[in-house]
Amino acid sequence: MSQIRAHFKLQLESFALDATFSAPAAGVTALFGPSGSGKTTLLRCIAGLERAAGSLQVDGETWQDENTFVATHKRPLGYVFQEASLFPHLSVRANLEYGFRRIAPTERKVRPDQVVEWLGLSRLIERNDPAQLSGGERQRVAIGRALLTSPRILLMDEPLSALDTASKQDILPYLERLHRELKMPVLYVSHALDEVARLGDHLVLLEQGRVIASGALHETLARLDLPTAHFDDAGAVIEATVAQQDEKYQLTRVDFAGGHLWVGKLGQPSGTRVRARVLARDVSIATQAPQGSSINNILNARIEEIRDEGADKVIVRMMVGESHVLLSRITRRSCDMLCLTVGMDVYAQVKSVALMS
Amino acid sequence: MNPIDPSDLQAVWLTLKLASVTTFLLLLIATPLAWWLAHSRKWYKGLVSALVALPLVLPPTVLGFYLLLLMGPHGVVGELTSALNLGRLPFTFTGLVIGSVLFSMPFAVQPIQNAFEAIGKRPLEVAATLRAGMWDRFISVALPLARPGFFTAIILAFAHTVGEFGVVLMLGGNIPGETRVLSVAIYSHVEAMEYGAAHWLAGGMVLFSFIVLLALYFAGGKSWRVAR
Repeated sequence: MSQIRAHFKLQLESFALDATFSAPAAGVTALFGPSGSGKTTLLRCIAGLERAAGSLQVDGETWQDENTFVATHKRPLGYVFQEASLFPHLSVRANLEYGFRRIAPTERKVRPDQVVEWLGLSRLIERNDPAQLSGGERQRVAIGRALLTSPRILLMDEPLSALDTASKQDILPYLERLHRELKMPVLYVSHALDEVARLGDHLVLLEQGRVIASGALHETLARLDLPTAHFDDAGAVIEATVAQQDEKYQLTRVDFAGGHLWVGKLGQPSGTRVRARVLARDVSIATQAPQGSSINNILNARIEEIRDEGADKVIVRMMVGESHVLLSRITRRSCDMLCLTVGMDVYAQVKSVALMS
Repeated sequence: MNPIDPSDLQAVWLTLKLASVTTFLLLLIATPLAWWLAHSRKWYKGLVSALVALPLVLPPTVLGFYLLLLMGPHGVVGELTSALNLGRLPFTFTGLVIGSVLFSMPFAVQPIQNAFEAIGKRPLEVAATLRAGMWDRFISVALPLARPGFFTAIILAFAHTVGEFGVVLMLGGNIPGETRVLSVAIYSHVEAMEYGAAHWLAGGMVLFSFIVLLALYFAGGKSWRVAR
């Protein structure tokens, strides 16, 4: 399978980057870490906007090594900056087509009308002054502009972070749709765990300029040795399929290997893949089948690992079926009283599930 | 009495010619210089900035004096032009152009430099990720975004050259059709007690300068609103 392989070393005044990772050149790879961890610098190195020592191969092509440094404008990439950065002297249409006009006609795999449709730009494209667009609209135009260069890889640097919550909610469905419909690998920088859990397939975790973990998203988010498992909104991601609608109670059953979950009614037809996020703080553990519980979702699980979290809490990793993981954050007192140990079969009670597409 | 005699018209024409040539040359020189000053991090950038700004603080006569020495028969430039069979530069139109270019340099460089600096790196980086090469980025992004700065530079350089007196007098003297520009013509009229003719030219200068400044203020309001 084609891969992105990167190794960069860069010494700046206040910050050192020394990052090595490889990721599949398919799906969304999230570069995740706290502010100042070097995510953006790493992305800029990949784009050639920052010149670091190191090497970079994308999809079998060398963009940088000891003897090579392909200039940014010669790399077949798309880049979406934190701020939309539309050209103020160009109309919305001229902004969209800026890159499109600069690639050879034979390389134009993405067409303007497709982008207009995907990103809902039909009402915006005739506007002359991009400064009059809202933040979310501007960012959609910027994404379209990058896509129209038919890039082999799309780099996105916290494209939602400069937007308010409403604009964010407005733009996320577009991103998910792009992700599903365009088979274009994406490197997505973010410091918001919910965004990463929602959009990512692969996760590269950064801390102080170093890569501390890299792997499939659901596996990496479930690793208790990483800081992500100890965030307040830590949790597991489960890929499931819409299976059954309950009209009476307005619920939908989504199935995955090893169990099912009842969630608030979904519009999608049976067979649609959905991604569910179950936060560790929303999962409690019982050693016997709960009787008379109001909780809809009780799953058979086996404890895989228990780790202390501060003085009063523990976080528990459980397997549901062969391949799905759940995290549960409970008090240390409960853990001791239930005598939870690794290998034990338990019941995981899921209080709430967030459906993400 | 005919208010404007042919020699005065000649002076007006010569002044406009000098200002046009000077402005054109200044754009050619100031644009790359301003770009370099806006983007360079070399230690000697401050040195170059100071040299460019020097005519702002120097009396024009000082600049004219040293240029006269340089271009004169014993000056480095003078010896060079003699060796190349180009003759002497002082008291010629070419000499005036050289003096004017140096004297008006800061008025052209600084607005353009400010405009380039205000653009910042981001639009150019965006253009690079959209497949634009270096020249393409300069022409399709930097130049149009810096347009207000160029407009200011053109007007200031042109107007400043029209109004210059000290350098011309030191370097060019008062040769009709060759170096006798407006400001010198006014001076000569006043010396000769021809106040009527001086009025026509001086009044015209006042009007011209006012219109230029007016245009500048209106153009200043029209700069790009930069969208984030």
